Order: sequence, then C-alpha cells, then structure tokens
Amino acid sequence: MKKHTMIAWMEDKPGVLNRVASLFRRRNFNIESLAVGHSEKAGISRMTFVAEGNARDMSQIQTQLYKLINVTAVQDVTAVPTVDRELALIKVKASNGSRAEVMQLVDIYRASIIDVDMETVIIQAVGSESRVDSLVELLSHFGIVEMVRTGKVAMVRGSHDRAAKQKTAVAAYKNGQ
Amino acid sequence: MSEKKTGGQIIWESLMREGVKVVFGIPGGANMPAYDDLMKHEYPIHHVLATHEQGASHMADGYARATGKVGVCIATSGPGATNLMTGLATANMDSVPIVAFTGQVPTSLLGRDGFQEADIQGVSLAITKHNYLITDIHDLPGAIKEAFFIAGTGRPGPVLIDICKDVLQDSMEFEYPETVDLPGYHPNQNAPDPASVARAARLLNEAERPLIVAGNGVIIAEAEKELRQLAEKANIPVATSLLGIGSFPATHPLSISWGGMHGEAYCNYALQECDVMFAIGARLDDRLTGVFDTFAPKAKIIHVDLDPSEMGKNITINTPIVGDARLTLQNLLPQVDSNEHPTWLAQIDEWKQETGDRDILAQETDDLIAPYIMQQLWHATDQGNATVVSDVGQHQMWEAQYYRHTKPRSLLTSGGLGTMGYGLPAAIGAQMGEPEEPVWVVAGDGGFQMTMAELSTVAQEKLPIKIMIINNGFLGMVRQWQDVFYNQRYAATPLFNPDFVKLAAAYGIPGRVVTRKEDVYEAIKEAQATDGAYLLEFQVEEFTNVYPMVGPGRSNADMIRRPFAESEE
Repeated sequence: MKKHTMIAWMEDKPGVLNRVASLFRRRNFNIESLAVGHSEKAGISRMTFVAEGNARDMSQIQTQLYKLINVTAVQDVTAVPTVDRELALIKVKASNGSRAEVMQLVDIYRASIIDVDMETVIIQAVGSESRVDSLVELLSHFGIVEMVRTGKVAMVRGSHDRAAKQKTAVAAYKNGQ
Repeated sequence: MSEKKTGGQIIWESLMREGVKVVFGIPGGANMPAYDDLMKHEYPIHHVLATHEQGASHMADGYARATGKVGVCIATSGPGATNLMTGLATANMDSVPIVAFTGQVPTSLLGRDGFQEADIQGVSLAITKHNYLITDIHDLPGAIKEAFFIAGTGRPGPVLIDICKDVLQDSMEFEYPETVDLPGYHPNQNAPDPASVARAARLLNEAERPLIVAGNGVIIAEAEKELRQLAEKANIPVATSLLGIGSFPATHPLSISWGGMHGEAYCNYALQECDVMFAIGARLDDRLTGVFDTFAPKAKIIHVDLDPSEMGKNITINTPIVGDARLTLQNLLPQVDSNEHPTWLAQIDEWKQETGDRDILAQETDDLIAPYIMQQLWHATDQGNATVVSDVGQHQMWEAQYYRHTKPRSLLTSGGLGTMGYGLPAAIGAQMGEPEEPVWVVAGDGGFQMTMAELSTVAQEKLPIKIMIINNGFLGMVRQWQDVFYNQRYAATPLFNPDFVKLAAAYGIPGRVVTRKEDVYEAIKEAQATDGAYLLEFQVEEFTNVYPMVGPGRSNADMIRRPFAESEE
C-alpha cells in the first residue's frame, strides 16, 4: 500500500464536490486528505488529494473519477517531480514562561506568529506535509489548543503546459494503465 | 426572435427535436404544468400512463433496450421520483440509455421539507450516469440537450433531470441548442490504441485454446457482424455473458452458450481452460467470473471495453484495449490469421456432450418443468423469432439456457441489478418501441407479483404481449439457495399466490393454466393465435433447481452439477 498524490480538474458547478465525495465513498476509496480551490482557468476547480492503495485502487480512482461528467482531467503526480505544500494554523499555549521557546521553534521552521494573547499564540506554518508534521510534534509539548490544516496541494515542477499534461493523464486511462 | 415557451412546453418541444415519440410516466403535483402543456398544445408524443413509477422506469428501459434509442420516463416529485429509482439503478448497471424527468417542489420551497419534497439529485447521484437540478428555466434547454447526449453516447446510461415546478410555469424565448459544451466528456474519442490491437492479434494468432467472451457492449456497438467474422475467421469459440446473449447466434457451431454462476457447464470449463481470452464489451462481473482470482487461470486476457474503469477492475488483464467494440473488431480483423484449433474445439465438444448427457431434458420425466417450456417456446416462436423479456430468478436462468437467442436485442433482462418485477413493464416498453415484434414476458410467480399492476397498462394500450408465468409457488432462486446452503429451511420463500388467470381476466386479458407437459406447445400456440395480450400460467414442479451452480466464494471450475437421473430417485 502506497500513498499517491493526485490532481483532478473539474468544472466549478454546484454539487461537483458532492459527486466526487460520493464516488470516493461508494467505491470504497481510502482518501487521506483533500484540498480544493480555483485553478488558473475560470470555471475550473483544482483538487489535490492523497489516496492510499495498490495499483488497482489507483487506476480505479483515476478512471472512476474521470467518468464523472464534470471532471475534466485526473493526474497521478506521485512519480513526477512536484512542489507540494500544506498550510496549518496552530494555536499553542504560550504564557510568559514558554513563549520565547515557542518563538524560537517558529523561527527555526520559518513559520510565523500571526496572533498573540496572554495565554496562547496562533502559528501559521507552510511547508511539506512532513515538515508541518514535525513542527506540530514539537509544539504538542507546549499544548496545542486548536489546529486546522488545509491538506496537501501539489503542482508539477517545470514549464510543461497544463493542457499537455492533462492530455497525458487522459491517455493513461485509454491504455488502461 | 423566437416565441416564448413555458418550461413545460420546452420539455415537449425538446423531446420532439430528439425524435422522441413515446414517453412513460405518471402525473402529480410537481409535474402537472408539463402534462397540461402536453394536452393543451397537442404535441405529437404518445404518453403511456404507467400504474406505478417503477413500471414507468422499466418501460423506458425496455423501450431503450429493444430499439437502441433513448427511453424517456416522467414522474412527479417525492414519492413519484423515489419510485423511479429502482428502474434507474437497473438501467445504470446494464448501460441502458434513459432520460428521466422528475418534478420538484418550487424553488421557493427547496430545502424546506415542502410537501412531496425529496432530494432526488442526491438520491439518484450514485445510480445515474449524470443528473441535473433545474432551478432556472434558462438552464433547461441545455440540460435536456446534454442529457440526451450523455445518456445515448459512450457507455450509455440513465440521466435524470429534476425540475422545480415554477420552472415549468416560467417562460422564455426558446431555442434548442445544437451543440453541447462538456469539457469533461469526450465519448467519441473511442478508437482503440493500434499497439494494443496489434498485441491482441498476436496473442490470438499464437493461442492454442482461444476463447471469445462477448457482452452487452457488442450489442450496444452493433458489432455482431464483426464479432462473427472474427470467430469464423480464426475458428474461435464464442461464449457470452448473460447480457451478451444475442450478440452471437446461440445456434452457431462456434457458440458455446454463456458462462458463469448458472451458465452451461461446458462453457465454464472452456472459460477456465482457455489460454487466450478475448473479452469484449463484457465487464467481467462476479456472476460470470466466480471468485475473481480463480477466473480463467491459464489465460492471457485481452479486455476490450469503452469504459477505461473496467480495465482491471475485477480481473487482472494482460492486454487492455479501451475502445468501441465495433471499431476495435474492425481494426483487429485484418491482423488475425485464419486458424482451425481442431484439438481445442474437439475438447469443447467433449465437454458439451457430457453437459448434454446430464441435461435435465435428457432425463425422462412427466413433470412439467421450465426448461421444457423454454424449449417449446423457442420452437413455437419460429426458433427464436421473438423478443423475450425475462424477470429475475430461476426462470430467467432457464430462459437463458434453453431459449436459443439468435439475434441482438431479443433478450431483455435485468442482469446487473437483478431487479425482480422488471419483466412485465420492460415488455410494455419493448412492445411500444417495436409494435410488430412478438414480445413474450417470462416471469416467475414472485417477480410477476411485484409489478403485476402494470397489467392495466397492457390493457389500456391494447398491447399484444404474451405473458408466461412459471409458477412454482416459491421465490424459487432463494429457495434453491436455502436447499443448498441453508439446510432446506424455507424461510419466507413459499408464496401465497392469486389465481393469475382470474387476475388477468379482471383486466380483460384472456389466459389459461397449464399443468401438463403435453399441453405446453399447444397452449403457447393458442396464446399466439389470440389477438392482444394473453397470460399463460404454468404450474411447474416445485423443487426443480437450476444447474450448474457456482456457489458463492467458488471458482467456475468448482460447479455443483445436476445429479444424474438415477441418483435423483
């Protein structure tokens, strides 16, 4: 079982996210994280999601997803060079005694403190999933009051144009791979 | 500038542009404006009033399967729409093109639990190819255009359009769009990859024990001629799936019938022993394959399907080919060598002989049994010159085994979903689509009672449908499982049945009961000689089981076979 990062492009219409979520549920796909937002093209949303499973599961996720009428392309980017980032907001207990230590960690991780009160600070961290994980682990010693993470977003490195990439992605299903 | 039309008018005008002549439905609060427009403007579309919306959805399905055109059904909001769902799920599993219109509460009541409100877009999401909720009349013409395009192209399927009542009453300047803009749907890019086709040809040319498995996709793509050319050129035996029946003539010397849970034993042996399998337009579902990893263990499998998600979904395949069945066969044919395969064909003949020796019709009995009835029906219909619509259960398996279908679209049956109650309403749809075709319903006593209210539709439309009830007094297929796996505890399977002939008479449909073998042929002939509908109730031996039987969790090689006559005493 391996983790795969996938990108899906879909029409930005009411109910599309519901269609995708319903598909994941009914086909019993194991989705670890999912992030959706606008893409560079008006009317097209872009979803990055991380799924776990064997080769058959990954092929099923892509081909079943592509069958949804509103999904325009799907690409498994696990094996290609990508930049991937996650954003986290972490509210940590930080009183007079521990605030300096927390700030030091924030510095080391090139995160930032975006809100402070007498009892807590809110830290904004951006980085790869594992980097955010490691900061969270360290901060947990001070006491995490609240946390929100966006889930990973990914982009393929280099200057290939997206249309060509999407074409490759579609061709992959046509060959059944 | 075009004239203003109401939402209701737009539905009928759009249907006319799509060439729709007949629709099946039931009016109700939320779709009344559309019905009113149908009458007021006298659109030349024939509306068949079903008795229950499930019936309407199966009628659209039967119409579509019989004609290859998109079937249309209509229901009101809430219960009307939920009643359609069984039919849409049935069509979705078997790739049948349907466009379903449902009424919805007015937009002002949406999400407020209004009277007869149900979230039909949500409910139908997982059992349709696509669906729409229309809250603005300006979206209606485009949605209808898209719905017909999506339903009828690529791998066909049902599309639902849920329309708020106020949209039906609203009006706009109507123009039916000529094209669709669907950036995520490209059903016409379906030419197979040449390298994969070449590889398939090589595998077939090198095979010693090749086998073709033909499914519903061959029928949908109208590829039966090309399929036959391939089989005959290389002398490759052809098995079908249950839904593939009719894609290759069952009377052809290369036909090895159909395989799977209740397929012919010799066909299952061939499936398990072949060295190259060419599966085309069949989705290799569990009823055909038995336990997935035991299926065709010696075979390199070539799988041709239009739907890429079928590649490797259930079975590990050697050569996937995503493409239209006919295009693929056309590209493949010139690359396949003429061949004989005498040893392989002789081996299959030997299995066939053994299967024949154990056949229930080879055993002497005076009992009235369904296999005999199916055989007689085949003879009485000029050896397969009829459309048979079967329901779901034991009789469905016997029909498929003993009625030898020789042409596509001559067997309509719910294969994937296994929907009891499908038979009668689907036959109504089929007869509406093919008025000249002899249409027979073959149903069990259990399934028939699930939708027998549609007898009123048969009578109302004066359809000459011939109905055959195989009455064994049980939910027979479940009873068979209870026999084999549950120590013959017949939990809730014995049936309390009405007098079916009297029931038919109440609708003005003549009929008769048959209890003796020697009356079967003559009774069928009498039904045929009668103008209009006719109901035959066959009171058959109650405990006859369907063989062979591949048990759950078993391989096709591991069939339960029919006991020999002597051991049955």
